[in-house]
Amino acid sequence: MATAWDYAPAPEARDIVRIQERYGLFIGGKFVEPLSGERYTTIDPAREEPLSEVAQANKADVNRAVKAARGAFEGSWSKLRPSERAKYLFRIARILQERSREFAVLESLNGGKPIRESRDVDVPLAAAHFFYYAGWADKLEYAFPNRRPRPIGVAGQIIPWNFPLLMLAWKIAPALAAGNTVVLKPAETTPLTALLFCDVLRQAELPPGVVNIVTGDGRTGAEIVAHPGVDKIAFTGSTEVGKAIQRTLAGTGKRLTLELGGKAANIVFDDAPLDQAVEGIINGIYFNQGHVCCAGSRLFVQESIYEATIAKLKRRMRTLRVGDPLDKNTDVGAINSKQQLEKIASLVQSGVEEGAEIYQPPCKLPERGYWFVPTVFTNVAQSYRIAQEEIFGPVLSVLTFRTPDEAIEKANNTPYGLSAGVWTEKGSRILAMAQRLRAGVVWANTYNRFDPASPFGGYKESGFGREGGRHGLEAYVALDDA
Amino acid sequence: MKRLPVQKTYKLFIGGAFPRSESGRTLVAEGANVARASRKDLRDAVRIARQAGVGWAKATAYNRGQVLYRIAEMMETRRAELASVASSKAEVDRAIDRVVWYAGWADKIAQVVGTANPVAGPYFNFTVPEPTGVVGILAPEPPLLGLVSRLAPVIVGGNTAVVIASEAHPLVAIELAECLATADVPPGVVNILTGLRKELAPWLASHMDVSALDLTGGDGDAAELERLGAENVKRVVRGKADGQSPYDITAFLELKTVWHPIGM
Repeated sequence: MATAWDYAPAPEARDIVRIQERYGLFIGGKFVEPLSGERYTTIDPAREEPLSEVAQANKADVNRAVKAARGAFEGSWSKLRPSERAKYLFRIARILQERSREFAVLESLNGGKPIRESRDVDVPLAAAHFFYYAGWADKLEYAFPNRRPRPIGVAGQIIPWNFPLLMLAWKIAPALAAGNTVVLKPAETTPLTALLFCDVLRQAELPPGVVNIVTGDGRTGAEIVAHPGVDKIAFTGSTEVGKAIQRTLAGTGKRLTLELGGKAANIVFDDAPLDQAVEGIINGIYFNQGHVCCAGSRLFVQESIYEATIAKLKRRMRTLRVGDPLDKNTDVGAINSKQQLEKIASLVQSGVEEGAEIYQPPCKLPERGYWFVPTVFTNVAQSYRIAQEEIFGPVLSVLTFRTPDEAIEKANNTPYGLSAGVWTEKGSRILAMAQRLRAGVVWANTYNRFDPASPFGGYKESGFGREGGRHGLEAYVALDDA
Repeated sequence: MKRLPVQKTYKLFIGGAFPRSESGRTLVAEGANVARASRKDLRDAVRIARQAGVGWAKATAYNRGQVLYRIAEMMETRRAELASVASSKAEVDRAIDRVVWYAGWADKIAQVVGTANPVAGPYFNFTVPEPTGVVGILAPEPPLLGLVSRLAPVIVGGNTAVVIASEAHPLVAIELAECLATADVPPGVVNILTGLRKELAPWLASHMDVSALDLTGGDGDAAELERLGAENVKRVVRGKADGQSPYDITAFLELKTVWHPIGM
């Protein structure tokens, strides 16, 4: 029986990161004291230890940031030669690459994700996004033939806590490439890499006011959304908040893109290479503790291979290493916050109460910090909350199907439509499934792949607009007649 | 006492190394002894370029973009040296910015010229650009900007190059080679020969393992070189010495269309 091997601890040294005791708001190219006078404590969720005091920006602070962004937009940034704009973005990409270790450690400290993921996924992808959009800055006319693209103005950007630096890159890189300026709010629980990013901007000598970072909770986000000086809102987060933002902006004419929740179907056919599929299922749901909007949280297995798949899946789950995010051998890190841990626990409780069968591998969790054992539910009905609602944690619900039509119908039976996975050796079936799945991204015989050149975004209540690729530019340009 | 400076030896750039001409010959250009490449040097360069193309064409577009950007970084640090053998500082600055511009195209050209084709049937059909192979380049004047303007679009698309530098102003081409050699460009992706055009160009144009020719730097002999190139149906390009365009990249790309059935 497979179990996790005993490894000696292999912690990444944390002394590469210097965290300040307190941070102000980054406005107009420098850190300023919040006019609100308020701060809150940001913590390490794996140890429940405070890391720093960060500012809670209020309406006056947001106003100040928007003014700085407006000044930079009209003063210099929108008039700069596009090839010079490109060179600033290339600089940012390079500096992120150079300081990648520092960012990876800080991301894992403040967010709880395994260092292996922040080191190999989050930070390199963030740098790659800046590199990719740098190249677009002076080529916009090729992205929008027969149109004259121009920047929109000040973009208000609100990002989530699951990929703090990467989401910052997804937002800031295309906005700047197109000539906009930015007011960005990192998530309440994970502000530290965004604040360290301000030092990258200093090293890159980015003109002051082009990027402004304001920290705070949802109230700060609401002030950005409501500010009349913001021309465009880009939001990544929950569907509930996304809907509230759309209502607030109704009638204002402000541009909006939303990247919201998901309840992705990962569909395994009987001809799939099963070992690879199991790896894909594991990666699909336990990557980043399941704090992934496109997580493959509903597994659909063809009936004829159901038992073999579940046996292999449970066996693989027993080898997952849960624990210290800074340990290089860790597969599953800490849950991002107490609030999220409670939400996961309550949904898992509902699964048990509604009659699903729960499996959790034996697993020793650290005494302090927020943790949740990788969990799989079998015997799940479509109507159960665990098959309907986004859990945003390491919890997989398994359902079965007999025919491709049944798989499609069940997979599409959700208000969400962000992503889907298909596992089969048959190429024509992959493409037929891809055609019929109502999802913005379809992974075939792989899962959770991301690339700056590849557009990402949802159908239905998973939001609208795309980030990444040529299509990701569209959210940040106004297209005049040529 | 005044210090006696060390003089530089200007050699060829083949396979990432700086060999003298196998013929042992040099010529004097711009007051310096410059290697005078032979037919054999040229054939060596083509062979090595072909080998290097295997890995370079397979490299991810992102990686190729990074390498081109690194070339710009190396040129920026050697700005003064390049300027001392180029026509002006402005020429150097424009050449560096041009490399950066092309670096950005590496992972975008397929998004602009590639297509998903809505054929009338249950098929997934798409078209992607792929490199054509080894490209022979006659570098036009001005010696740095002309060379960079023709070379960057060739290599960013995944091709490898054999360049015949300006006969009158070869020094800056070797200076550039020293930037390429320290810029993570895999050996053999770019090969630069100095010497007499009339001794080299016909052999480049008629070489059966060269896939395309950029004759922007050709003068009276361009038509004859084009005729020689017809033997293996070379793609022949006569572009602008000082131009930048995605079509300068696609000129050296093949288009591949793939059909795949859709069905359960």
